[in-house]
Order: sequence, then C-alpha cells, then structure tokens
Amino acid sequence: MELRAHLGKVRGLGSNNSGSKHWWSQRVSGIALIPLTLWFLMSIINIFNADLAAFKDWINYKANAALLSLLITFMFYHGFLGLQVIIEDYIHQERVKISILLICRFIIISFGTYSIFSIMKLTFGG
Amino acid sequence: MASQKRPLSPHIQIYKPQITSVLSITHRLTGVALLFAALLLSSWVISATYGNDAFNQTQNILSSWLGILILIGLTVSIFYHLGNGIRHLFWDFGKGFELKDVKRSGLVVILFTLIMSIITWFIIFNTLTKSLWN
Repeated sequence: MELRAHLGKVRGLGSNNSGSKHWWSQRVSGIALIPLTLWFLMSIINIFNADLAAFKDWINYKANAALLSLLITFMFYHGFLGLQVIIEDYIHQERVKISILLICRFIIISFGTYSIFSIMKLTFGG
Repeated sequence: MASQKRPLSPHIQIYKPQITSVLSITHRLTGVALLFAALLLSSWVISATYGNDAFNQTQNILSSWLGILILIGLTVSIFYHLGNGIRHLFWDFGKGFELKDVKRSGLVVILFTLIMSIITWFIIFNTLTKSLWN
C-alpha cells in the first residue's frame, strides 16, 4: 500500500526504497575489497618502480589482469557509494546535489571503463 | 524552500573531539582519499598503454619524494579504512557497542594502521635499496 500523497511522490519526497540495497552493496563490495586490496599491496611491492616490460609481465602473469580489473571495479563502486552518502549528507540543495552526483558518476564510470579497456589492451596485445 | 532557515542545533565545533568522533570522520576522509587512490591507480594502468615514455614518466612521478609522500599517505589510508571497515562490520552484527569496547577497538585500529603501514614501507624501501645496489 502506498501512503504517500501523489504530489509528494511527484516531487520526489520521502523514501524511494533503495536505501537497503545501497547499504548491502556497500558492505558486500567492502568485504570483496579486503582480499583484493591485500593481494594488490603484496603485488605492488614487487613492481614498485618497475619499467613497462616488467609491468606487462606482471599483468600477464596468471590471474593478475582479472584481479586488477576486479579491484578497480570494486574500488570505484564502493568509492562511489561512499561519496554518494557524503554528498547527500552535506549538500542540501536538490539541483546542486543531483548535478554533483551525476558528475561524480560520470568521472568514475569513465575512469573505470578506460582502466578495464587498458588492462584488456595490455593483456590481449596492442 | 521554507526549511532552509530553520534554527540549527549546536554544531560540530561546540563538541570536544573524542576518539569516537575523530575516528568516525577519519573513516570518511580516508574514504575520499582512497577514491583519489583509485583514480591514481587507474591513471597508472592507463598510462601503460601509451608506451615506454608515458609509463616511465608516471613511475618517475610516483617515485619522486612528493609521490612517495602521497603513496605513504594513501597506504595509511588503506590500512585505516580497512581496519575501521572491519570494525564497522562487527557493529553491523550488533557487536562491540559498549563505550569501553568502542574505545578499545578504536585503539586496535590505530595500532593496526601504524604497524601495517610501517611494515609495508619497510619492505618497499628495502627492495628499492636492493635494486639500487644491484
């Protein structure tokens, strides 16, 4: 049953019922990031200051390319969910809030897509 | 909107900083820092597709003193956010809400952050000096 008035609904007032999904997504992506981050830190120690050839060797070794893709995906996803909460907490003007959220989403999706594309390029040649 | 001019309750500057509140805002700050780390990580990977010169340039920036300073800050942020994130997961299961436990787990997170960051950079500097000698 819907208890909201039609006018309130049109104006976007009240809950839009996506809060618990956000909450769960943040936890699940956070848990996924624990092993991925530890794996990355252990790897980065070996390729810190490496040249391109060494970096390509590393990314082509076993599951490294897949793990790096997962790390970047989850980092941006988890990061966006967190940033979204901060923006919603501190910015109260609806237009400004939605604009900033869209800009952040755009930047994050662009960087994420470009990174995954780059990893594929480094792995499959080119 | 009418709600804009309502009176506000006493705001943050009126409260004394405590371990609970300071650690809470640090979680957010390190989270934002780590989003920049994600941008840095993806730029690093992207630069590898632009050939030797581009990748070397990125590596030189990252291993300059300023780059290392930023990377140390980000490493501290990673371990803090990781440790405190696990602390949050315990809270999500309803555990550790007593003030005594909250303070103790906060201290554990601070110690974890310091120890892990020092170990990580000890290993990195160790391998760096080795590669300089060989």
